[in-house]
Amino acid sequence: MSTSPVELDEPEVDEITQLARPWVTIVWNDPVNLMSYVAFVFQQYFGYGKKKAEKLMLEVHEDGRSVVSTGSREEMERDVQAMHEYGLWATLQKADQT
Amino acid sequence: MSQGFRRHRKSGVALATFTAFEADLLRSLAGQLIELLRSEEAVPQAGVDPLEELFNFAGPTTEPEDPVLARLFPTAYPEDDEAASDFRRFTETTLRNGKAAAAAAIIDALEESGLPAEPEDGLFIDVELDAPTAMTWLRSFTDMRLAIATRLNIEEGDEDYWQSLPEDDPRGQVHDIYDWIGYLQETLVHAVAR
Repeated sequence: MSTSPVELDEPEVDEITQLARPWVTIVWNDPVNLMSYVAFVFQQYFGYGKKKAEKLMLEVHEDGRSVVSTGSREEMERDVQAMHEYGLWATLQKADQT
Repeated sequence: MSQGFRRHRKSGVALATFTAFEADLLRSLAGQLIELLRSEEAVPQAGVDPLEELFNFAGPTTEPEDPVLARLFPTAYPEDDEAASDFRRFTETTLRNGKAAAAAAIIDALEESGLPAEPEDGLFIDVELDAPTAMTWLRSFTDMRLAIATRLNIEEGDEDYWQSLPEDDPRGQVHDIYDWIGYLQETLVHAVAR
């Protein structure tokens, strides 16, 4: 018979936000992907509105990179994998290193 | 050259008419992409315990040698080799299969729309893509363009260089195909985006 799991104290809210959102997904500019397609991918995958998707796409195009999502490391790995599926060049890193 | 994709007003599907030559070219590009994706693949070790094999997540851990594959499967953690290897091991095989399946879906759709093994001139192929299928085609168009761009070394703002090549330069001809796929992709995005 297994023993019941140890009960842990509920972490403070601040700690949760800190722990849950310390990673970011970055999409990098490349000479191949069409601007219309990149914005469409941001709308489709992240569910962003047209305006936000286009703003992020322009950041990628003009600044060479853009932070397109923020969250836990697992979530960001999922997003990066999805971006690779769409053919976008994406990486992830800790938010405080951007 | 075909007119690219357009949206059917009533049903919302994306429509395109390809000449036999164009449809055959698309099929050939999709076929080459599949072949490339199937090359250099991490083969599970032979002779291991079948149970072990079942739980074998032995995907690749290092960047593919072929520059096209390296671009299709970029390093997710540029500054952390260990995390990058782990990410690759758990994602690259899935991504490869997904990209190969997308290219195969293009071939299937063209053949279901009437593209024979050896098409004759004068034949036209009408395709009709619903929203999810259109997304699959868009993804695969991207993969094809990334593959061609990597092989040709295409860079930002180098259009003049490609325009200046003599007409019989094979690289220029491949660049024309790259542009054509871009045109198809652009028109398909506009046909489905809302």
